Amino acid sequence: MPEQFIWGMEVFLNGLMAGVLYALVALGFVLIYKASGIFNFSQGVMALFAALTLVGIMEGQVPFAHLINATFGTEIHHFGWHVPALAAILLTMVVMVLLAWLVNHFIFRHLVNQEPIILFMATIGLAYFLEGFGDIMWGSDIKKLDVGLPQGINTTIDEVTYNLFGYGFFIDNLDLWATFIAILLVIGLVVFAQYSKHGRAMRAVADDHQAALSVGVSLNFIWVMVWSLAGFVALVAGIMWGTKSGVQFSLSLIALKALPVLMLGGFTSIPGAIIGGLLIGVGEKLFEFSIGSMIGGATENWFAYVLALIFLVFRPQGLFGEKIIERV
Amino acid sequence: MLDASEGFTTEDGRKIGGVVMEMKHITLRFGGVVAIQDISFDIRQGEVRAIIGPNGAGKSSMLNVISGFYNPQEGEVWYKGALRPPMKPYQVARQGIARTFQNIALFEGMSVLDNVMTGRIRQMNAGLFAQALWKGKAEREEVENREVVEKVIDFLEIQHIRKTPVGRLPYGLKKRVELARALAAEPSILLLDEPMAGMNVEEKEDMSRFILDVNDEFGTTIALIEHDMGVVMDLSDRVVVMDYGKKIGDGTPDEVRNNQAVIDAYLGVAHD
Repeated sequence: MPEQFIWGMEVFLNGLMAGVLYALVALGFVLIYKASGIFNFSQGVMALFAALTLVGIMEGQVPFAHLINATFGTEIHHFGWHVPALAAILLTMVVMVLLAWLVNHFIFRHLVNQEPIILFMATIGLAYFLEGFGDIMWGSDIKKLDVGLPQGINTTIDEVTYNLFGYGFFIDNLDLWATFIAILLVIGLVVFAQYSKHGRAMRAVADDHQAALSVGVSLNFIWVMVWSLAGFVALVAGIMWGTKSGVQFSLSLIALKALPVLMLGGFTSIPGAIIGGLLIGVGEKLFEFSIGSMIGGATENWFAYVLALIFLVFRPQGLFGEKIIERV
Repeated sequence: MLDASEGFTTEDGRKIGGVVMEMKHITLRFGGVVAIQDISFDIRQGEVRAIIGPNGAGKSSMLNVISGFYNPQEGEVWYKGALRPPMKPYQVARQGIARTFQNIALFEGMSVLDNVMTGRIRQMNAGLFAQALWKGKAEREEVENREVVEKVIDFLEIQHIRKTPVGRLPYGLKKRVELARALAAEPSILLLDEPMAGMNVEEKEDMSRFILDVNDEFGTTIALIEHDMGVVMDLSDRVVVMDYGKKIGDGTPDEVRNNQAVIDAYLGVAHD
């Protein structure tokens, strides 16, 4: 087998893995969009905030330490304990649910029946607020996150592929885990949305507030639930990205990569978010591998956006989005 | 307070029971506009109760008061023998009052089946975690409620469009799906806001038949608003007539038909 082809396959697989991580973030967007009709710009920042909180709790960091020290002249930074990863994840989830409640209570409860663009603007505000709030609360230094997920080269795949092709593929264990977790998450979410009372109520609320009320759905409850779910997805994405590249504020920029993913997959489709993510992941890696070197490299920075642009021209609703047909 | 014991038998031999809901001196204002002025009437178990009146008479407002979308400034709503405090619409719905809307409020993006399933929300109470895992109670509930929903779908003859997204259906069928969703809740009172608005004669006949069948088969108490006098007189056991926010008549269709105030309201009267 030609070397180029084997390398290409490795790139392809790694692209798939990277795509899973894009898909994870995109999933958070789709979820909120489907359930409330809000395009949540703050999803990426929520992932960052979740990761920051998780690290903070695990390391026993004192929240608002800088603020407290600057105000009272004290020198406290750590409580001096370490919380086990699983407990810390649960605690972080509690924080995310609390955040969901606050977001609903102080922002979106007051914006019922407003134009989507106004809701969108509110989420931009929320994104900036959360970024600053996370900074004040946990500090802006880059943090290492280790919740015990295996990292490094997967030796089994390395050996198997070496025996097959005479060339060992480099696949990161973390990426494999991310894939596995993402699959579980998606199956869980789809089943929940399609076949449970609250999932159905969630879709009902997105569709028509008045009708939802008339069948006994409490809007406030559903919204808090939706934002909690988004917080949960953000937490999962935050853990994956944080473990991979450290918890840092540029994490919120991955949200921007989710935009082309959504344009490909369609804003309303959960499977679309996954496939869009995979396409972008594979696409940008393969493009860089095959054509990148001819045109000066660094194509990964723009490839996704150009692909999204092409999609916008030829299939604006995305691969799986609902085409809106108006009856006349 | 309520004479829940008394009832009467209709001409066609259906037994009408005691009072399920009583509206007492309801007054509803929007700013300076009085939409409903001091109206009292009751709804009895198992009857088809109509609220009629010319445009702008306050019929829909009345229905919205019953279903909790509006809270009246004055007056009391008695439901099943107890005074009902001001409530949110979803709380009213959970008490067993289901409704349809004049201009159809369905979940357009969802299938007919899913739309009707939302009607069962009241009957499903598995916890969020059980639902998230789709285990035990949540799964059992889903299956049981699905059976009820399938029955309703059969009953209203919409099996063939079960999986169709509601947004694609023609108007008449949408109305029927909305009725199915309300019916799936197995409501104590079913409120229909102009169930036949915008329908042609055939569709109206179908809808009338369904309303009567629902009342017959399940003994559902129905309160409906309708423009079409002919339809109302055929369908209902008792009729409330409203005009300019006031009640001008209340009784059997025959009584109402011969009520001078009602005739004046519908046909107009010369003022001198």
